[in-house]
Amino acid sequence: MAEHTIYFKNQPRIVSAYAVAGPKEGAGPIGRHIQKVLLDDKFGEKTYEKAECKILRSAIEGAILSAHIEIKDVGALFSGDLLNQIISASFAAREFDMPFVGLYSACSTMSEAMMVSSAFLDSKQLRYAVAATGSHFSSAERQYRYPLELGCTRPPQSQWTVTGAGACVLSSVGNGPKITAATIGRVVDFGVTDANNMGAAMAPAAANTLWMHFKETGRCPDYYDLIVTGDLGVLGSKLVKELVWEKGYDISQKHVDCGELIYAIKEQEFQGGSGAGCSAVTFCSYLYPKLCDGSLKRILFMPTGALLSTVSTQQGESIPCIAHAVVIESAVK
Amino acid sequence: MPKTNANNPYFNQNYLEYVGRCAPRTNEVRTLYRAFMVGGLICCIGQFLRYLFSSVLGLGGDELSGFVSMVLIFMGSLLTGLGVYDRIGKFAGGGSIVPITGFANSVVSPAMEFRSEGMIYGLAAKMFIIAGPIIVYGVASSVVVGLLYWIFG
Repeated sequence: MAEHTIYFKNQPRIVSAYAVAGPKEGAGPIGRHIQKVLLDDKFGEKTYEKAECKILRSAIEGAILSAHIEIKDVGALFSGDLLNQIISASFAAREFDMPFVGLYSACSTMSEAMMVSSAFLDSKQLRYAVAATGSHFSSAERQYRYPLELGCTRPPQSQWTVTGAGACVLSSVGNGPKITAATIGRVVDFGVTDANNMGAAMAPAAANTLWMHFKETGRCPDYYDLIVTGDLGVLGSKLVKELVWEKGYDISQKHVDCGELIYAIKEQEFQGGSGAGCSAVTFCSYLYPKLCDGSLKRILFMPTGALLSTVSTQQGESIPCIAHAVVIESAVK
Repeated sequence: MPKTNANNPYFNQNYLEYVGRCAPRTNEVRTLYRAFMVGGLICCIGQFLRYLFSSVLGLGGDELSGFVSMVLIFMGSLLTGLGVYDRIGKFAGGGSIVPITGFANSVVSPAMEFRSEGMIYGLAAKMFIIAGPIIVYGVASSVVVGLLYWIFG
């Protein structure tokens, strides 16, 4: 079987990171770290889709400014989002005079973007690249679930889609935390059909990538300060720990889930945050500064994605999922 | 037990059973209590309106039923438009969906939602996205019942 893990000889650097999020995220446990917190989640736009696009654009602009480079320096934008035909990313890319590589792996898009852009940077074909993704609660509800004003209850396994976007500038020439390796995920489906129970659907994919990663690199969980998943939620986190334990690895001491960091779990959020923006906002606002100052030396950043559509679940299909993992190491000794 | 598709070659029986055991449960006592309290309250309001219209306006028969339904539908629509009905729904669940006020909510909420896609393809086309099945199967079953009446009545 071919190896899933790739190593970056030239170790692309993350030179800047910027997160933009809505008021609910701003009020959460990591809210004070978020670079820009909006007062309302419509961001002055008429529709939620336009707002999502503007939030993503804003994050990309913020990252480029923080990197002290200009738009013309950026080799390409690597981005995607949760909406049909990735319109948020495509329309955001329209506003920037730079090449665009559109990507989709649902909530795993942030690590996919980092991984793919790192491959271009590692070969020194590009000097600077931007990896970005985001999501919006209201536009996700419209597409995947019910109208916002419908008076229905949410089941206890459900999660709350994050309204926010995160963008990083990566470079083959600059300074910052290094991306040293990545494990490309494969699509895993254990047959979960409940679209409200994403945690249980995604846990097997996360466990599979982790197992591949540890097996191929020869590392164990202790090698990392943190093993970060995107939005497995409370139930998914429990399941992934047990699935990985069956393969002989104990990640319980190092594991943390972005969905549990971004919201204080109260009544409506149940299992925590989800969405492509969940891992992007958490990384760019909270984890990145810690990698920069050296308080985190090595992390395995592995958000997970559920690759379903409204049509596939209505046709009775189960939910295939994927998890891409990226190894990020601090440049501080 | 989680829903499983026996024809799905990917489903992992052990895993799904385990998930079924671990998954958080809805507190049925609490949700049923809330549903019945709110649903019952809405029905009491309807009954009160019935009494009010028959004694103050002197209405009777079909006209009375029509008026009561009208007022309840209006209240459901107004509360949906004001953004209040979804909060009632989060608390009451089935208790606010099932009565006629819930039907109004299920038509008004997609109308509000999809207005951004225009008045024709958005609002008008998607208005019945939730209520459609109720209308279709409600009318279809009334045809069946009518036939049975005609044959056996």
